[in-house]
Order: sequence, then C-alpha cells, then structure tokens
Amino acid sequence: MPVATNTKRNLVTAALVAPAAAWLMIFLVLPFIAMLVFAFGERAPEGGYQAAFTFAQFARLPTRAAAFWNTMVLAPVGALVCLLVAYPVAYYLAVKANPRYRLILVSLVVVPFWTSLLVRTYAWMYILGSRGIPNLLSMIGLEDVRLLNTPGAVLLGIVYGYLPLMIMPIYVSLEKLDRRLLEASADLGAKPVSTFFGVTLPLSLPGVMTGVALVTILLLGEYLIPQLLGGGKVFFIGNALVDLFLQSRNWPFGSAIAVTLVAVVVVILMVAMRIAFRVAGTRQVDLV
Amino acid sequence: MTSASTNDIEFRSVAKRYGSVTAVSDINFAVPKGAFMALLGPSGCGKTTCLRMIGGFEQPSEGTVYISGEAMNGVAAYRRPVNMVFQQYALFPHLDVEQNVSYGLRQMRPRIAGAEITRRAQEALEMVRLGGFGKRRIHEMSGGQQQRVALARAIVNKPKVLLLDEPLAALDKKLRTAMQIELQTLQRELGITFVLVTHDQEEALSMSDFVCVMNAGRIVQVGPPQEIYDRPASLFVADFVGKTNRIAATVDNGGASLVFADGTRIASPATATPSAGSAMVALRPEAISLKRNGAAGTAALSGTVTHRIFLGSSVEYSVDVDGLGDFLVTADRRALGDSDLVEPGDKVGLAFDPNALHVFPA
Repeated sequence: MPVATNTKRNLVTAALVAPAAAWLMIFLVLPFIAMLVFAFGERAPEGGYQAAFTFAQFARLPTRAAAFWNTMVLAPVGALVCLLVAYPVAYYLAVKANPRYRLILVSLVVVPFWTSLLVRTYAWMYILGSRGIPNLLSMIGLEDVRLLNTPGAVLLGIVYGYLPLMIMPIYVSLEKLDRRLLEASADLGAKPVSTFFGVTLPLSLPGVMTGVALVTILLLGEYLIPQLLGGGKVFFIGNALVDLFLQSRNWPFGSAIAVTLVAVVVVILMVAMRIAFRVAGTRQVDLV
Repeated sequence: MTSASTNDIEFRSVAKRYGSVTAVSDINFAVPKGAFMALLGPSGCGKTTCLRMIGGFEQPSEGTVYISGEAMNGVAAYRRPVNMVFQQYALFPHLDVEQNVSYGLRQMRPRIAGAEITRRAQEALEMVRLGGFGKRRIHEMSGGQQQRVALARAIVNKPKVLLLDEPLAALDKKLRTAMQIELQTLQRELGITFVLVTHDQEEALSMSDFVCVMNAGRIVQVGPPQEIYDRPASLFVADFVGKTNRIAATVDNGGASLVFADGTRIASPATATPSAGSAMVALRPEAISLKRNGAAGTAALSGTVTHRIFLGSSVEYSVDVDGLGDFLVTADRRALGDSDLVEPGDKVGLAFDPNALHVFPA
C-alpha cells in the first residue's frame, strides 16, 4: 500500500475516533483524576476540598460499612435474582416464541424503559406501602405486614427495574445459537435437559456474563431505588455519596468512597469476563 | 419388499407436509443392512427431509419409518440408534475435539467409566486419522479436519445407521475425492449402514451401493449406480445423473423405428418398444463417436464442431447438428490418435449404436 494512502487512512481513523476520545477525556478521565486527587485531600472547614496528602479518608471507610455491605450484598443478589427471572424469559423469546410475534414480544420487554424509572418506582411505593398489598392482606386477617422500607422491597425494585437489561444480552446470545447444535446434541443421545446444560447454557454464558456484569455495575451505583423503597433504612453507596457531597459537603471522603467503588467494579468486571471467555471457549471476537 | 429384519431402514408410504406444502409424498424404499444408500436429487427435492425423518428431527405426516424393523413414529431423536454427520458439521464450539467426540458416550445410560470414554473417543479419532488432535479447539481445525471430527463424533456411539447430510459439500475437489474413498473404506470397516444425502451425482454414483433419485418430493428411481446411469427410468434421471443429449422424435412403424425432428429415421433400441406418438430420446455424450466427413461409416447425423473443451483425459465437443441443434460429445483420449482430434469448424458425422438410445414419452 502506498504511503500516502496509509497516512490518509490514519487521518480518517483519527477523525472518527476523536469525538469519542475527547468526550471520554473531558467527562470521564479528567473528573476521575479530580476525584482521585480529592480522595487524598481534606475537607475544608466550610465544606468542599482542601489540598493535602493523607490516607485519612480511606481510613474512615469502615464508618460507611453498612452502605458498602448493602451494596455488595444486594447488588450481586439483585443481579442473580434478575438472572433467574430473565433467563427463562430470554429463552422463551429466542427459542420457543413464534418468530412472527418475536419482535413484538421483545419490544414489550423494552417498552417499560420508555417511562421514567422514578415514576415506576413510585408506583411500587404505593403497591408495597400501607395502602397497597399490606392493606389487602389485612382484609384476610394478616395484620401489620411491612413490605416497604425493607431489603426485600429494595430487591424487588432492583429486579423489576433492571430486568430488561438482563434479558436483552441473554436473548441475543440465545438467538445467535445455532439450532443444529441442539439437533446434534439430541442426535448423540442427549435428553432435552442434558442438551440444555451441555450446549445451550454454556453457549449463552457470554450473554449471561454480560447481563450480570451490566446489572451488577449499574446496581453498585444505584441511588433511586434504595432511596424510595428502602426509605433511608436500606441505603446503598450511592445514597451515601449524595449525603456526603450534598449534605455534609465532605468531598474528600465522598471521593474516597467513590474511588474505592470504582476499584471494586473494575476487579469484578475483569474476573467475570475472564470466566465468561474461558467457559465459552471461543475467541473474544466471536462473542461480540 | 424384503422382510424388516434384513433392512436397517425402511420407508412405507411416507409423506411429510408443512401446512399446505407437501415436502415429500409416497416415499417407499428400503436400505439393506450394511448397505451404502445415496439419496440424490436437486435442492428442494425432499432428500434432506427424508434424512431428517430417519434422524428423528421431523416426524412423518403419513406413513412409517422403520429402523431395524421397529416403527419410529413419535420416537425422539435422542432415542434412535442412528447418528448423523451434519451439513457444515454442527460441532460444539465450546468443547475441544475429544470432548466433541466423547459427547455421545457421556450421554449413555448406564454411565460409562471416564477411562473407557477416553479410550473409545481416542479409538474413533484414530479411525479418522486425527490421533493427536484431541485437545485442539474446533476453530483451530481446518474444514477437512472438522469433517473428520464430525465423522468420529457420529461413529463413536456405534450407531446402526450413519446419516450423512451433504458431508463433503464444503470441501474442495481434491479433498472431496479423498474423503469419498475414506468414507467407503470406513463403511466397509464398520459394517454399518450409511445413508448419504447429496445433490452431487458423481458423489452418489461413486460411493453408494444403491442410489435413490428424488425429484419434487417423490422417488423417481431406486437402483445400483450402474443401473441408474445406464437405464434411467425417466428423462429427469437421464438429465440429472450424468450429462445427456435430448432429441425430440416421433415413434413410427409400430414402435420399430424413431423419426428425429430433422427427419432422420433410426431403428428403435432393441431393449424397448416405445409406444406410438411423440417421444423424447436421450443419448449419452460418450455413446457418440465423431467421424471426419468423407470417412466411410454409418454416421446417422452430421454437423459442425463449434467448441472443443480439452479436459486432459477426455475431450468434450459441442457439435451443431443440422436440424437438431447442439449436441455434446465426449471422446476418451485413449480411443483417439492425436490426428483424430477434430477442430472447431470441422464438418463431422455422428455415429452411435441405436441401443444406446433411451426413449421416453414426451
């Protein structure tokens, strides 16, 4: 290839990449660096940030152990429950559903996303609140059932809110699954259950891992659902951050928590992806 | 029809419909134990549907498929004593070569010991000459190697019948010829019944003991390869299996002679007395010999050579026959001296034995 064409091609590539690169630089990398700097600083007397180099903020992390605990338990558990609900739905959509109605059914999964999560979570507040299900239960003699402001309510809200994000990647990986592999498995004497665990499930693992990683990561930063359905009793790191940045104006401590969270997310993501690629046994390019 | 016990596969009045579309109907044939049967036909003729009904991936709408004398209606694919080599192989991408091959063994109940599974998988891999490849990933194997893995995976369970769905279609010509020989050898070694689906007449003729020619959802002829080639039951078979020249003709003289469209009168073949009326006559290109004009002989037709295609061991001529149009003529080079090679533009006579003609009602 002539040199001139090569240079031209590089320029085109640069031009195409530039907007995204600039965007990520300004709105992701620079803020993250700022946060990293803040995390090693001190709270100014009137609130905000004051330059310093100290690990004091990280030393105070245990005081927010409850928020970390809730996040670290409810995010993966939420993602797992999400997975258990989403897999059969995705399986039905991709494998069992009549292809003629498939598109309609898939869009039904996505439609709730068109309305605000805030509104939908408010609806759950009413359903779970004293005038909702507990009210109905009291009619049949079950008094004083508390649903709202419990970990269960937060879990329910999480699963409800993030279900489509779990269904879609699993649906995509199942939809790509070569049906002849299922026939080959049956041909070799595998009963339907063995075929599912021997072929279908392993080959849909990239989708499962993507879904779990996606939902878990988003849940780690979740703020709205614990706020509304946990009523300040079941709070996440997200709630702690809002509290620290907006209420007590302790930016360095908030930054330390946020940085720690990012570190945790990165580790989880790396481990999950490694497992997914190993199990699927295909090259990375095949999975995208 | 022979008794069920000597046949590994038998179709009795089988039909398959998808909604209002009939894929195959009135299918009757039997494959004797240990035979190599080819289902041959153009795409969409229903041959794959038949194979899938043996495998258990489709259920017949009518009639019954028997495997070793047992009716298979409603029997699921995983309960049938047959295994299949799929088109494009359908190997499991998440398993390595040995795991692919041992997949069927691991489904056996009662379970087989792990060491025994490994031993049998190795044995199957040796049979297809892939001894050291057990730990390879599927995507690391070439097309020909994947073909062998699929074969090993299908024979490891020692099925009564091996089904092959266009197994060689994805291979290049040299490899395909080599695999044809290997498949034949394998079939003799294993002694199990093979049913092959193919649209390639050469593949069907070269490998199988019986060929079942299908067209538009029906069987048009069943027989040994030579019979199919030498005595085609219909114009379709004559056309589809091998190359053929078609000549429009009328039957005259109470069936004793044929009159070609150009007026040439020829004695009917001794083997058949065609019924009166118009007919279509088929003539194989290799049954015709070309005579240089002026040479003494009994040339029935004459024409001009328009093209010569040199194929190495043989030569194909396209000859524009006066009043009848283009004819294809194949000449074996051993039968020709170099001086016998006629050139485009040469006037030639076409001679053939009337007994080589196949007459079909038009």
